Amino acid sequence: MSIPLASQPQTGNKPPAATRMKKGFKQWMAVLPFIFLGVLGTAVFVVYPMIRNIIISFQDYSIMPNAENPFVGFENYISAFTDPNNKVLMAIRNTILNVIVTVPINWLLAIVFAVLINLHFVKYKLVFRTVYYLPIITSWIVVAFLFRFLFAGGEYGLINFIFYKVLGIFPEPVNFLSNYWTAMIVIWLFHIWKTVGWGVVIYLAGLQGISKEYYEAAQIDGASGIKQFWSITVPMLAPVTAFVIINLVNGAFNFFPQVYFITRGGPMDQTQTLPSLMYMQAFKNFNFGYASAVAVMMGITVFLVTYTQMKKFGNQKML
Amino acid sequence: MKTKWYLQLLVYAVIIMGALAFLFPFVYMILTSFIKSAYSLPRPKEIFSVVPNLDNYFLVWNKNNFARYFLNSSLVTVVSMVGSMLLGCLTAYGFARFQFPGKELLFRVFLLTTMIPGVINIIPQFLIIKNLGLVSTYWGLWLIYIGGGVVGSTFFLRGFFQSIPKEYEESVLIDGGGNWRIFWNIYLPQSLPAIGTLAVLSFQGTWEEYFTALVIIKDEAMRTLPIALLMFNDKYATNYGWVFAASIIALIPTVFLYVVFQKKFVQGGFNEGGVKG
Repeated sequence: MSIPLASQPQTGNKPPAATRMKKGFKQWMAVLPFIFLGVLGTAVFVVYPMIRNIIISFQDYSIMPNAENPFVGFENYISAFTDPNNKVLMAIRNTILNVIVTVPINWLLAIVFAVLINLHFVKYKLVFRTVYYLPIITSWIVVAFLFRFLFAGGEYGLINFIFYKVLGIFPEPVNFLSNYWTAMIVIWLFHIWKTVGWGVVIYLAGLQGISKEYYEAAQIDGASGIKQFWSITVPMLAPVTAFVIINLVNGAFNFFPQVYFITRGGPMDQTQTLPSLMYMQAFKNFNFGYASAVAVMMGITVFLVTYTQMKKFGNQKML
Repeated sequence: MKTKWYLQLLVYAVIIMGALAFLFPFVYMILTSFIKSAYSLPRPKEIFSVVPNLDNYFLVWNKNNFARYFLNSSLVTVVSMVGSMLLGCLTAYGFARFQFPGKELLFRVFLLTTMIPGVINIIPQFLIIKNLGLVSTYWGLWLIYIGGGVVGSTFFLRGFFQSIPKEYEESVLIDGGGNWRIFWNIYLPQSLPAIGTLAVLSFQGTWEEYFTALVIIKDEAMRTLPIALLMFNDKYATNYGWVFAASIIALIPTVFLYVVFQKKFVQGGFNEGGVKG
Protein backbone atom coordinates (compact mmCIF):
# COMPACT_ATOMS: atom_id res chain seq x y z
CA MET A 1 0.00 0.00 0.00
CA SER A 2 1.73 3.10 -1.16
CA ILE A 3 -1.24 5.42 -0.82
CA PRO A 4 -1.13 7.02 2.63
CA LEU A 5 -4.50 6.48 4.22
CA ALA A 6 -4.14 9.53 6.39
CA SER A 7 -4.38 11.89 3.42
CA GLN A 8 -7.96 10.84 2.75
CA PRO A 9 -10.54 13.18 4.29
CA GLN A 10 -12.10 11.92 7.46
CA THR A 11 -15.75 11.94 6.57
CA GLY A 12 -17.43 10.24 9.45
CA ASN A 13 -20.79 8.61 8.78
CA LYS A 14 -22.27 11.17 6.40
CA PRO A 15 -20.29 12.34 3.40
CA PRO A 16 -20.19 16.14 3.25
CA ALA A 17 -22.28 17.98 0.70
CA ALA A 18 -19.28 18.61 -1.55
CA THR A 19 -18.53 14.89 -1.84
CA ARG A 20 -22.14 14.06 -2.49
CA MET A 21 -22.32 16.69 -5.19
CA LYS A 22 -19.14 15.37 -6.72
CA LYS A 23 -20.55 11.87 -6.70
CA GLY A 24 -23.86 13.07 -8.15
CA PHE A 25 -22.01 14.98 -10.84
CA LYS A 26 -20.01 11.88 -11.73
CA GLN A 27 -23.19 9.82 -11.91
CA TRP A 28 -24.79 12.40 -14.17
CA MET A 29 -21.77 12.42 -16.46
CA ALA A 30 -22.04 8.64 -16.76
CA VAL A 31 -25.75 8.56 -17.57
CA LEU A 32 -26.04 11.75 -19.59
CA PRO A 33 -24.82 10.37 -22.94
CA PHE A 34 -27.61 7.79 -22.78
CA ILE A 35 -30.54 9.85 -21.63
CA PHE A 36 -29.66 13.30 -22.98
CA LEU A 37 -31.44 13.10 -26.33
CA GLY A 38 -34.44 11.25 -24.91
CA VAL A 39 -34.91 13.75 -22.11
CA LEU A 40 -34.39 16.68 -24.49
CA GLY A 41 -36.91 15.29 -26.98
CA THR A 42 -39.46 14.73 -24.24
CA ALA A 43 -38.86 18.17 -22.76
CA VAL A 44 -39.28 19.94 -26.10
CA PHE A 45 -42.04 17.90 -27.70
CA VAL A 46 -44.06 16.64 -24.71
CA VAL A 47 -43.51 18.60 -21.51
CA TYR A 48 -43.11 22.07 -22.99
CA PRO A 49 -46.18 21.67 -25.24
CA MET A 50 -48.27 20.86 -22.17
CA ILE A 51 -47.18 24.10 -20.52
CA ARG A 52 -47.54 26.04 -23.76
CA ASN A 53 -51.06 24.69 -24.12
CA ILE A 54 -52.03 26.21 -20.79
CA ILE A 55 -50.55 29.55 -21.80
CA ILE A 56 -52.29 29.63 -25.18
CA SER A 57 -55.59 28.73 -23.55
CA PHE A 58 -55.48 32.13 -21.80
CA GLN A 59 -54.60 34.02 -24.98
CA ASP A 60 -56.45 35.32 -27.96
CA TYR A 61 -53.97 33.48 -30.12
CA SER A 62 -53.34 34.07 -33.80
CA ILE A 63 -50.80 32.16 -35.89
CA MET A 64 -50.06 35.26 -37.95
CA PRO A 65 -46.42 36.29 -37.57
CA ASN A 66 -45.90 39.19 -35.13
CA ALA A 67 -49.44 38.87 -33.82
CA GLU A 68 -49.90 40.30 -30.36
CA ASN A 69 -51.67 37.35 -28.80
CA PRO A 70 -53.07 39.30 -25.84
CA PHE A 71 -53.97 37.52 -22.63
CA VAL A 72 -57.71 37.33 -22.19
CA GLY A 73 -58.06 35.51 -18.87
CA PHE A 74 -60.68 32.80 -18.82
CA GLU A 75 -62.48 34.04 -21.91
CA ASN A 76 -61.69 30.93 -23.97
CA TYR A 77 -62.98 28.70 -21.19
CA ILE A 78 -66.10 30.78 -20.73
CA SER A 79 -66.87 30.81 -24.43
CA ALA A 80 -66.40 27.04 -24.48
CA PHE A 81 -69.30 26.69 -22.06
CA THR A 82 -71.52 29.54 -23.23
CA ASP A 83 -71.38 28.68 -26.93
CA PRO A 84 -75.00 28.65 -28.15
CA ASN A 85 -74.40 25.42 -30.06
CA ASN A 86 -73.11 23.73 -26.89
CA LYS A 87 -70.31 22.09 -28.85
CA VAL A 88 -68.14 21.44 -25.81
CA LEU A 89 -71.00 20.18 -23.66
CA MET A 90 -72.07 17.92 -26.51
CA ALA A 91 -68.50 16.61 -26.84
CA ILE A 92 -68.32 15.94 -23.09
CA ARG A 93 -71.65 14.13 -23.21
CA ASN A 94 -70.47 12.04 -26.17
CA THR A 95 -67.24 11.17 -24.39
CA ILE A 96 -69.16 9.94 -21.35
CA LEU A 97 -71.47 7.92 -23.60
CA ASN A 98 -68.50 6.46 -25.45
CA VAL A 99 -66.99 5.22 -22.20
CA ILE A 100 -70.25 3.88 -20.77
CA VAL A 101 -71.21 2.05 -23.95
CA THR A 102 -67.94 0.70 -25.31
CA VAL A 103 -65.87 -0.19 -22.22
CA PRO A 104 -68.19 -2.87 -20.76
CA ILE A 105 -68.90 -4.44 -24.16
CA ASN A 106 -65.27 -4.36 -25.18
CA TRP A 107 -64.14 -5.85 -21.90
CA LEU A 108 -66.78 -8.57 -21.81
CA LEU A 109 -66.11 -9.66 -25.39
CA ALA A 110 -62.35 -9.67 -24.78
CA ILE A 111 -62.44 -11.85 -21.67
CA VAL A 112 -65.11 -14.24 -23.02
CA PHE A 113 -63.34 -14.78 -26.35
CA ALA A 114 -59.94 -15.16 -24.65
CA VAL A 115 -61.20 -17.67 -22.08
CA LEU A 116 -63.01 -19.70 -24.74
CA ILE A 117 -60.05 -19.73 -27.13
CA ASN A 118 -57.79 -20.76 -24.25
CA LEU A 119 -59.93 -23.84 -23.35
CA HIS A 120 -57.81 -26.98 -23.48
CA PHE A 121 -59.74 -28.70 -26.27
CA VAL A 122 -59.71 -25.77 -28.71
CA LYS A 123 -57.41 -26.38 -31.66
CA TYR A 124 -55.80 -23.75 -33.94
CA LYS A 125 -55.47 -21.23 -31.09
CA LEU A 126 -52.89 -19.25 -33.04
CA VAL A 127 -55.21 -18.96 -36.05
CA PHE A 128 -58.02 -17.60 -33.89
CA ARG A 129 -55.68 -15.18 -32.18
CA THR A 130 -54.39 -13.92 -35.53
CA VAL A 131 -57.88 -13.43 -36.97
CA TYR A 132 -59.06 -11.56 -33.86
CA TYR A 133 -55.97 -9.38 -34.06
CA LEU A 134 -56.41 -8.45 -37.74
CA PRO A 135 -58.45 -5.26 -37.10
CA ILE A 136 -55.71 -4.01 -34.76
CA ILE A 137 -53.04 -4.14 -37.45
CA THR A 138 -55.33 -2.47 -39.98
CA SER A 139 -55.13 1.29 -40.06
CA TRP A 140 -57.97 3.40 -38.63
CA ILE A 141 -58.48 5.14 -41.95
CA VAL A 142 -58.95 1.94 -43.91
CA VAL A 143 -61.33 0.43 -41.35
CA ALA A 144 -63.24 3.72 -41.41
CA PHE A 145 -63.62 3.48 -45.21
CA LEU A 146 -64.83 -0.06 -44.70
CA PHE A 147 -67.40 0.89 -42.07
CA ARG A 148 -68.65 3.85 -44.07
CA PHE A 149 -69.07 1.45 -46.97
CA LEU A 150 -70.85 -1.25 -44.94
CA PHE A 151 -73.13 1.31 -43.30
CA ALA A 152 -73.70 3.33 -46.46
CA GLY A 153 -77.15 4.85 -46.85
CA GLY A 154 -79.51 3.61 -49.54
CA GLU A 155 -80.55 0.03 -50.03
CA TYR A 156 -77.21 -1.26 -51.32
CA GLY A 157 -75.04 -0.58 -48.29
CA LEU A 158 -74.49 -4.08 -46.94
CA ILE A 159 -76.11 -3.47 -43.55
CA ASN A 160 -79.15 -1.84 -45.13
CA PHE A 161 -79.24 -4.58 -47.75
CA ILE A 162 -79.35 -7.29 -45.06
CA PHE A 163 -81.70 -5.59 -42.60
CA TYR A 164 -83.97 -3.85 -45.09
CA LYS A 165 -84.04 -5.92 -48.27
CA VAL A 166 -83.30 -9.44 -47.05
CA LEU A 167 -84.65 -9.56 -43.49
CA GLY A 168 -87.09 -6.67 -43.65
CA ILE A 169 -86.29 -5.55 -40.09
CA PHE A 170 -85.73 -1.91 -41.09
CA PRO A 171 -88.91 -0.35 -42.49
CA GLU A 172 -86.76 1.74 -44.85
CA PRO A 173 -83.02 2.08 -45.64
CA VAL A 174 -81.32 3.96 -42.80
CA ASN A 175 -79.11 6.96 -43.45
CA PHE A 176 -76.78 6.03 -40.60
CA LEU A 177 -74.39 8.96 -40.70
CA SER A 178 -76.94 11.74 -40.99
CA ASN A 179 -78.71 11.05 -37.68
CA TYR A 180 -77.16 11.53 -34.29
CA TRP A 181 -77.95 8.19 -32.63
CA THR A 182 -77.36 6.01 -35.67
CA ALA A 183 -74.06 7.81 -36.32
CA MET A 184 -73.04 7.22 -32.70
CA ILE A 185 -73.90 3.53 -33.04
CA VAL A 186 -71.71 3.24 -36.14
CA ILE A 187 -68.88 4.98 -34.26
CA TRP A 188 -69.25 2.58 -31.31
CA LEU A 189 -69.38 -0.53 -33.49
CA PHE A 190 -66.37 0.75 -35.41
CA HIS A 191 -64.39 1.24 -32.20
CA ILE A 192 -65.39 -2.08 -30.66
CA TRP A 193 -64.71 -4.04 -33.82
CA LYS A 194 -61.32 -2.36 -34.23
CA THR A 195 -60.06 -2.84 -30.65
CA VAL A 196 -61.58 -6.02 -29.16
CA GLY A 197 -58.68 -8.06 -30.54
CA TRP A 198 -56.22 -6.15 -28.37
CA GLY A 199 -58.01 -7.18 -25.18
CA VAL A 200 -58.29 -10.77 -26.40
CA VAL A 201 -54.55 -10.98 -27.02
CA ILE A 202 -53.67 -9.41 -23.66
CA TYR A 203 -56.03 -11.78 -21.83
CA LEU A 204 -54.70 -14.79 -23.73
CA ALA A 205 -51.19 -13.88 -22.60
CA GLY A 206 -52.48 -13.48 -19.04
CA LEU A 207 -54.31 -16.83 -19.15
CA GLN A 208 -51.21 -18.63 -20.38
CA GLY A 209 -49.36 -17.19 -17.40
CA ILE A 210 -51.59 -19.04 -14.91
CA SER A 211 -49.86 -22.20 -13.75
CA LYS A 212 -51.68 -25.44 -14.61
CA GLU A 213 -51.01 -26.73 -11.09
CA TYR A 214 -53.84 -24.61 -9.67
CA TYR A 215 -56.36 -26.28 -11.95
CA GLU A 216 -54.96 -29.72 -11.23
CA ALA A 217 -55.25 -29.12 -7.51
CA ALA A 218 -58.80 -27.84 -7.94
CA GLN A 219 -59.73 -30.89 -9.97
CA ILE A 220 -58.45 -33.21 -7.25
CA ASP A 221 -60.71 -31.31 -4.86
CA GLY A 222 -63.56 -31.95 -7.29
CA ALA A 223 -64.19 -28.33 -8.32
CA SER A 224 -66.27 -27.93 -11.48
CA GLY A 225 -65.09 -26.02 -14.53
CA ILE A 226 -67.26 -23.03 -13.70
CA LYS A 227 -66.12 -23.06 -10.07
CA GLN A 228 -62.51 -23.17 -11.26
CA PHE A 229 -63.14 -20.21 -13.55
CA TRP A 230 -64.51 -18.05 -10.72
CA SER A 231 -62.05 -19.09 -8.01
CA ILE A 232 -58.84 -19.43 -10.03
CA THR A 233 -59.03 -17.73 -13.43
CA VAL A 234 -60.81 -14.53 -12.41
CA PRO A 235 -58.67 -13.67 -9.34
CA MET A 236 -55.44 -14.64 -11.10
CA LEU A 237 -56.34 -12.33 -13.97
CA ALA A 238 -57.03 -9.34 -11.71
CA PRO A 239 -53.83 -7.45 -12.58
CA VAL A 240 -54.40 -8.04 -16.31
CA THR A 241 -58.00 -6.86 -15.92
CA ALA A 242 -56.80 -3.67 -14.25
CA PHE A 243 -54.40 -3.06 -17.11
CA VAL A 244 -57.05 -3.81 -19.74
CA ILE A 245 -59.72 -1.63 -18.12
CA ILE A 246 -57.41 1.35 -17.70
CA ASN A 247 -56.43 1.10 -21.36
CA LEU A 248 -60.02 0.65 -22.50
CA VAL A 249 -61.22 3.64 -20.50
CA ASN A 250 -58.36 5.74 -21.85
CA GLY A 251 -59.10 4.58 -25.36
CA ALA A 252 -62.80 5.40 -25.01
CA PHE A 253 -61.95 8.81 -23.55
CA ASN A 254 -59.88 9.68 -26.58
CA PHE A 255 -62.12 8.91 -29.53
CA PHE A 256 -60.52 10.85 -32.34
CA PRO A 257 -59.94 8.84 -35.54
CA GLN A 258 -63.20 7.05 -34.71
CA VAL A 259 -65.10 10.32 -35.05
CA TYR A 260 -62.95 12.19 -37.54
CA PHE A 261 -62.81 9.46 -40.16
CA ILE A 262 -66.42 8.32 -39.83
CA THR A 263 -68.47 11.52 -39.41
CA ARG A 264 -65.96 14.43 -39.22
CA GLY A 265 -67.98 15.33 -36.15
CA GLY A 266 -71.22 15.59 -38.07
CA PRO A 267 -74.15 15.84 -38.36
CA MET A 268 -73.80 19.48 -37.22
CA ASP A 269 -70.92 18.80 -34.80
CA GLN A 270 -73.19 16.52 -32.78
CA THR A 271 -70.86 13.51 -32.67
CA GLN A 272 -67.72 15.49 -31.84
CA THR A 273 -65.50 14.44 -28.96
CA LEU A 274 -63.04 16.74 -27.22
CA PRO A 275 -60.00 15.69 -29.31
CA SER A 276 -61.80 15.97 -32.64
CA LEU A 277 -63.39 19.27 -31.63
CA MET A 278 -60.00 20.61 -30.54
CA TYR A 279 -58.30 19.54 -33.76
CA MET A 280 -60.95 20.99 -36.05
CA GLN A 281 -61.25 24.24 -34.08
CA ALA A 282 -57.47 24.70 -34.28
CA PHE A 283 -56.62 23.69 -37.80
CA LYS A 284 -59.85 24.31 -39.66
CA ASN A 285 -61.18 27.42 -37.92
CA PHE A 286 -57.81 28.61 -36.51
CA ASN A 287 -59.34 29.16 -33.06
CA PHE A 288 -56.12 28.27 -31.30
CA GLY A 289 -56.99 29.77 -27.91
CA TYR A 290 -60.38 28.08 -27.78
CA ALA A 291 -58.89 24.77 -28.98
CA SER A 292 -56.16 24.97 -26.33
CA ALA A 293 -58.75 25.58 -23.63
CA VAL A 294 -60.51 22.40 -24.79
CA ALA A 295 -57.16 20.59 -24.78
CA VAL A 296 -56.34 21.72 -21.24
CA MET A 297 -59.72 20.65 -19.88
CA MET A 298 -59.36 17.31 -21.61
CA GLY A 299 -55.80 16.83 -20.34
CA ILE A 300 -56.80 17.51 -16.76
CA THR A 301 -59.83 15.20 -16.94
CA VAL A 302 -57.99 12.28 -18.51
CA PHE A 303 -55.12 12.73 -16.07
CA LEU A 304 -57.46 12.64 -13.07
CA VAL A 305 -59.31 9.59 -14.40
CA THR A 306 -56.11 7.67 -15.15
CA TYR A 307 -54.48 8.69 -11.90
CA THR A 308 -57.41 7.60 -9.72
CA GLN A 309 -57.69 4.32 -11.60
CA MET A 310 -54.00 3.62 -11.11
CA LYS A 311 -54.25 4.48 -7.42
CA LYS A 312 -57.30 2.25 -7.07
CA PHE A 313 -55.90 -0.76 -8.83
CA GLY A 314 -52.45 -0.26 -7.35
CA ASN A 315 -49.44 -0.17 -9.62
CA GLN A 316 -49.63 -3.85 -10.32
CA LYS A 317 -47.71 -5.01 -13.36
CA MET A 318 -48.42 -1.70 -15.01
CA LEU A 319 -45.89 -0.11 -17.33
CA MET B 1 -60.66 -33.80 -18.29
CA LYS B 2 -63.13 -34.59 -21.06
CA THR B 3 -65.59 -31.90 -22.05
CA LYS B 4 -68.99 -32.97 -23.35
CA TRP B 5 -69.29 -32.76 -27.12
CA TYR B 6 -72.17 -30.29 -27.16
CA LEU B 7 -70.25 -27.90 -24.93
CA GLN B 8 -67.28 -28.14 -27.25
CA LEU B 9 -69.60 -27.44 -30.17
CA LEU B 10 -71.05 -24.41 -28.41
CA VAL B 11 -67.59 -23.00 -27.65
CA TYR B 12 -66.46 -23.52 -31.23
CA ALA B 13 -69.65 -21.92 -32.51
CA VAL B 14 -69.03 -18.78 -30.44
CA ILE B 15 -65.38 -18.32 -31.34
CA ILE B 16 -65.96 -19.12 -35.01
CA MET B 17 -68.79 -16.57 -35.12
CA GLY B 18 -66.38 -14.06 -33.60
CA ALA B 19 -63.72 -14.93 -36.15
CA LEU B 20 -66.21 -14.51 -38.98
CA ALA B 21 -67.30 -11.14 -37.65
CA PHE B 22 -63.69 -9.99 -37.88
CA LEU B 23 -62.86 -11.72 -41.13
CA PHE B 24 -65.95 -11.09 -43.21
CA PRO B 25 -65.57 -7.28 -43.59
CA PHE B 26 -62.06 -7.86 -44.91
CA VAL B 27 -63.34 -10.37 -47.43
CA TYR B 28 -66.05 -7.94 -48.49
CA MET B 29 -63.45 -5.20 -48.85
CA ILE B 30 -61.14 -7.37 -50.96
CA LEU B 31 -64.03 -8.45 -53.19
CA THR B 32 -65.08 -4.84 -53.63
CA SER B 33 -61.54 -3.93 -54.71
CA PHE B 34 -62.09 -6.13 -57.79
CA ILE B 35 -65.18 -4.19 -58.91
CA LYS B 36 -64.53 -2.03 -61.96
CA SER B 37 -65.22 1.70 -62.00
CA ALA B 38 -68.42 1.67 -59.98
CA TYR B 39 -69.80 5.18 -60.06
CA SER B 40 -72.66 4.20 -57.83
CA LEU B 41 -72.62 2.02 -54.77
CA PRO B 42 -71.91 -1.54 -55.98
CA ARG B 43 -74.69 -3.98 -55.15
CA PRO B 44 -73.94 -6.83 -52.75
CA LYS B 45 -74.90 -9.29 -55.53
CA GLU B 46 -72.27 -7.85 -57.86
CA ILE B 47 -69.69 -7.96 -55.11
CA PHE B 48 -70.23 -11.62 -54.29
CA SER B 49 -70.03 -12.64 -57.94
CA VAL B 50 -66.99 -10.57 -58.96
CA VAL B 51 -64.06 -12.22 -60.74
CA PRO B 52 -60.78 -11.56 -58.92
CA ASN B 53 -58.40 -9.34 -60.89
CA LEU B 54 -55.70 -6.82 -60.18
CA ASP B 55 -56.79 -4.14 -62.64
CA ASN B 56 -57.79 -1.61 -59.99
CA TYR B 57 -54.49 -2.15 -58.16
CA PHE B 58 -52.39 -1.27 -61.21
CA LEU B 59 -54.69 1.59 -62.05
CA VAL B 60 -54.53 3.10 -58.57
CA TRP B 61 -50.78 2.66 -58.24
CA ASN B 62 -50.24 4.84 -61.31
CA LYS B 63 -52.92 7.38 -60.43
CA ASN B 64 -52.60 10.64 -58.49
CA ASN B 65 -48.93 10.10 -57.61
CA PHE B 66 -49.87 7.15 -55.43
CA ALA B 67 -46.47 5.46 -55.91
CA ARG B 68 -44.77 8.69 -54.90
CA TYR B 69 -46.83 8.92 -51.69
CA PHE B 70 -45.98 5.32 -50.91
CA LEU B 71 -42.27 6.16 -51.14
CA ASN B 72 -42.75 9.35 -49.07
CA SER B 73 -44.39 7.31 -46.34
CA SER B 74 -41.63 4.70 -46.49
CA LEU B 75 -38.97 7.37 -45.98
CA VAL B 76 -40.83 9.11 -43.14
CA THR B 77 -41.60 5.82 -41.41
CA VAL B 78 -38.21 4.12 -41.67
CA VAL B 79 -36.23 7.14 -40.46
CA SER B 80 -38.56 7.83 -37.57
CA MET B 81 -38.68 4.15 -36.61
CA VAL B 82 -34.88 3.87 -36.50
CA GLY B 83 -34.60 7.16 -34.60
CA SER B 84 -37.28 6.12 -32.12
CA MET B 85 -35.64 2.75 -31.48
CA LEU B 86 -32.24 4.34 -30.95
CA LEU B 87 -33.51 7.00 -28.57
CA GLY B 88 -35.83 4.58 -26.79
CA CYS B 89 -33.07 2.02 -26.20
CA LEU B 90 -30.57 4.62 -24.98
CA THR B 91 -33.02 6.27 -22.60
CA ALA B 92 -34.41 3.00 -21.28
CA TYR B 93 -30.85 1.79 -20.65
CA GLY B 94 -30.07 4.99 -18.76
CA PHE B 95 -33.12 4.57 -16.54
CA ALA B 96 -32.73 0.81 -16.08
CA ARG B 97 -29.07 0.62 -15.16
CA PHE B 98 -27.87 3.93 -13.70
CA GLN B 99 -28.37 5.67 -10.39
CA PHE B 100 -28.23 9.44 -10.45
CA PRO B 101 -29.64 12.30 -8.43
CA GLY B 102 -33.05 13.41 -9.66
CA LYS B 103 -33.75 10.07 -11.36
CA GLU B 104 -36.92 9.58 -9.34
CA LEU B 105 -38.18 13.04 -10.26
CA LEU B 106 -37.40 12.61 -13.94
CA PHE B 107 -39.07 9.23 -13.91
CA ARG B 108 -42.18 10.71 -12.32
CA VAL B 109 -42.36 13.44 -14.95
CA PHE B 110 -42.12 10.77 -17.66
CA LEU B 111 -44.86 8.75 -15.96
CA LEU B 112 -47.04 11.84 -15.63
CA THR B 113 -46.88 12.52 -19.35
CA THR B 114 -48.20 9.03 -20.08
CA MET B 115 -51.37 9.87 -18.18
CA ILE B 116 -52.17 12.84 -20.42
CA PRO B 117 -53.31 12.13 -23.97
CA GLY B 118 -50.62 13.04 -26.50
CA VAL B 119 -53.15 14.39 -28.98
CA ILE B 120 -53.57 17.60 -26.97
CA ASN B 121 -49.94 18.49 -27.71
CA ILE B 122 -50.54 18.79 -31.40
CA ILE B 123 -51.18 22.56 -31.36
CA PRO B 124 -47.99 23.57 -29.49
CA GLN B 125 -45.99 20.97 -31.42
CA PHE B 126 -47.10 22.60 -34.63
CA LEU B 127 -46.11 26.03 -33.27
CA ILE B 128 -42.66 24.75 -32.25
CA ILE B 129 -42.06 23.28 -35.70
CA LYS B 130 -43.26 26.54 -37.21
CA ASN B 131 -40.81 28.55 -35.07
CA LEU B 132 -38.01 26.22 -36.13
CA GLY B 133 -38.96 26.90 -39.76
CA LEU B 134 -39.58 23.22 -40.38
CA VAL B 135 -43.17 23.32 -41.62
CA SER B 136 -43.51 21.20 -44.78
CA THR B 137 -40.30 19.32 -44.11
CA TYR B 138 -39.84 15.73 -43.03
CA TRP B 139 -37.52 16.96 -40.30
CA GLY B 140 -40.55 18.54 -38.68
CA LEU B 141 -42.38 15.23 -38.73
CA TRP B 142 -39.38 13.22 -37.58
CA LEU B 143 -38.76 15.51 -34.61
CA ILE B 144 -42.36 15.21 -33.41
CA TYR B 145 -42.60 11.47 -34.01
CA ILE B 146 -39.27 10.66 -32.37
CA GLY B 147 -39.36 13.28 -29.60
CA GLY B 148 -42.98 12.55 -28.77
CA GLY B 149 -42.47 8.78 -28.73
CA VAL B 150 -39.46 8.45 -26.41
CA VAL B 151 -41.47 8.10 -23.20
CA GLY B 152 -43.60 5.25 -24.51
CA SER B 153 -40.67 3.24 -25.83
CA THR B 154 -38.65 3.93 -22.68
CA PHE B 155 -41.35 2.45 -20.46
CA PHE B 156 -41.83 -0.47 -22.80
CA LEU B 157 -38.12 -1.36 -22.92
CA ARG B 158 -37.15 -0.49 -19.35
CA GLY B 159 -38.96 -3.52 -17.96
CA PHE B 160 -37.11 -5.85 -20.29
CA PHE B 161 -33.77 -4.18 -19.60
CA GLN B 162 -34.28 -4.50 -15.86
CA SER B 163 -34.87 -8.22 -16.15
CA ILE B 164 -31.36 -8.77 -17.57
CA PRO B 165 -29.17 -10.25 -14.81
CA LYS B 166 -26.29 -8.06 -13.68
CA GLU B 167 -23.92 -11.04 -13.89
CA TYR B 168 -23.97 -10.82 -17.68
CA GLU B 169 -22.10 -7.55 -17.41
CA GLU B 170 -19.16 -9.08 -15.63
CA SER B 171 -17.63 -10.63 -18.73
CA VAL B 172 -17.58 -7.21 -20.38
CA LEU B 173 -16.19 -5.53 -17.29
CA ILE B 174 -13.43 -8.15 -17.02
CA ASP B 175 -12.48 -7.42 -20.62
CA GLY B 176 -12.16 -3.78 -19.66
CA GLY B 177 -15.32 -2.67 -21.49
CA GLY B 178 -17.49 0.16 -20.24
CA ASN B 179 -21.14 1.22 -20.29
CA TRP B 180 -21.33 1.43 -24.07
CA ARG B 181 -19.96 -2.07 -24.56
CA ILE B 182 -22.45 -3.41 -22.02
CA PHE B 183 -25.21 -1.61 -23.92
CA TRP B 184 -24.21 -2.99 -27.33
CA ASN B 185 -23.01 -6.45 -26.38
CA ILE B 186 -25.43 -7.37 -23.58
CA TYR B 187 -28.57 -5.23 -23.38
CA LEU B 188 -29.40 -4.86 -27.06
CA PRO B 189 -28.91 -8.51 -28.09
CA GLN B 190 -30.69 -9.76 -24.95
CA SER B 191 -33.77 -7.62 -25.66
CA LEU B 192 -34.13 -8.20 -29.38
CA PRO B 193 -37.71 -9.57 -29.18
CA ALA B 194 -38.84 -6.52 -27.21
CA ILE B 195 -37.00 -4.11 -29.50
CA GLY B 196 -38.40 -5.89 -32.56
CA THR B 197 -41.92 -5.69 -31.19
CA LEU B 198 -41.53 -2.03 -30.45
CA ALA B 199 -40.10 -1.45 -33.93
CA VAL B 200 -43.17 -3.02 -35.53
CA LEU B 201 -45.50 -0.98 -33.31
CA SER B 202 -43.55 2.16 -34.16
CA PHE B 203 -43.66 1.31 -37.85
CA GLN B 204 -47.42 0.85 -37.77
CA GLY B 205 -47.98 4.00 -35.72
CA THR B 206 -45.97 6.18 -38.08
CA TRP B 207 -47.11 4.51 -41.29
CA GLU B 208 -50.75 5.28 -40.56
CA GLU B 209 -50.29 8.58 -38.72
CA TYR B 210 -52.60 11.18 -40.21
CA PHE B 211 -53.29 14.14 -37.93
CA THR B 212 -49.75 15.43 -37.35
CA ALA B 213 -48.74 14.77 -40.96
CA LEU B 214 -51.72 16.73 -42.24
CA VAL B 215 -50.78 19.74 -40.09
CA ILE B 216 -47.04 19.73 -40.79
CA ILE B 217 -46.90 18.80 -44.49
CA LYS B 218 -48.40 21.51 -46.69
CA ASP B 219 -46.58 20.62 -49.90
CA GLU B 220 -48.69 18.32 -52.05
CA ALA B 221 -45.72 16.36 -53.43
CA MET B 222 -44.54 15.54 -49.90
CA ARG B 223 -47.79 14.11 -48.59
CA THR B 224 -47.77 10.79 -46.82
CA LEU B 225 -49.96 7.83 -47.71
CA PRO B 226 -52.75 8.32 -45.12
CA ILE B 227 -53.32 11.89 -46.32
CA ALA B 228 -53.27 10.74 -49.92
CA LEU B 229 -55.76 7.98 -49.09
CA LEU B 230 -58.22 10.35 -47.51
CA MET B 231 -57.93 12.85 -50.38
CA PHE B 232 -58.31 9.99 -52.84
CA ASN B 233 -61.44 8.91 -50.99
CA ASP B 234 -62.87 12.43 -51.10
CA LYS B 235 -62.14 12.67 -54.82
CA TYR B 236 -63.51 9.29 -55.92
CA ALA B 237 -66.00 8.87 -53.11
CA THR B 238 -68.31 6.38 -54.73
CA ASN B 239 -65.63 4.47 -56.60
CA TYR B 240 -65.13 1.96 -53.86
CA GLY B 241 -63.21 -0.41 -56.13
CA TRP B 242 -60.41 2.14 -56.40
CA VAL B 243 -60.58 3.30 -52.80
CA PHE B 244 -60.24 -0.24 -51.46
CA ALA B 245 -57.52 -1.24 -53.93
CA ALA B 246 -55.54 1.79 -52.70
CA SER B 247 -56.33 0.94 -49.07
CA ILE B 248 -55.19 -2.65 -49.44
CA ILE B 249 -51.88 -1.56 -51.00
CA ALA B 250 -51.41 0.76 -48.03
CA LEU B 251 -52.05 -2.10 -45.59
CA ILE B 252 -49.55 -4.51 -47.12
CA PRO B 253 -46.33 -3.33 -45.36
CA THR B 254 -47.82 -3.50 -41.85
CA VAL B 255 -49.54 -6.83 -42.40
CA PHE B 256 -46.33 -8.23 -43.86
CA LEU B 257 -44.33 -7.16 -40.79
CA TYR B 258 -46.85 -8.71 -38.41
CA VAL B 259 -46.91 -11.98 -40.32
CA VAL B 260 -43.12 -12.21 -40.36
CA PHE B 261 -42.57 -11.30 -36.72
CA GLN B 262 -45.74 -12.76 -35.22
CA LYS B 263 -44.12 -15.63 -33.34
CA LYS B 264 -41.48 -13.38 -31.81
CA PHE B 265 -43.93 -10.85 -30.49
CA VAL B 266 -44.01 -9.72 -26.89
CA GLN B 267 -47.21 -8.19 -25.59
CA GLY B 268 -47.70 -4.44 -25.51
CA GLY B 269 -50.50 -2.01 -24.78
CA PHE B 270 -52.25 -0.23 -27.63
CA ASN B 271 -51.57 3.13 -26.07
CA GLU B 272 -48.29 2.71 -24.32
CA GLY B 273 -46.42 0.54 -21.88
CA GLY B 274 -46.45 -3.20 -21.84
CA VAL B 275 -47.26 -6.24 -19.78
CA LYS B 276 -45.19 -9.32 -19.85
CA GLY B 277 -47.83 -12.00 -19.79
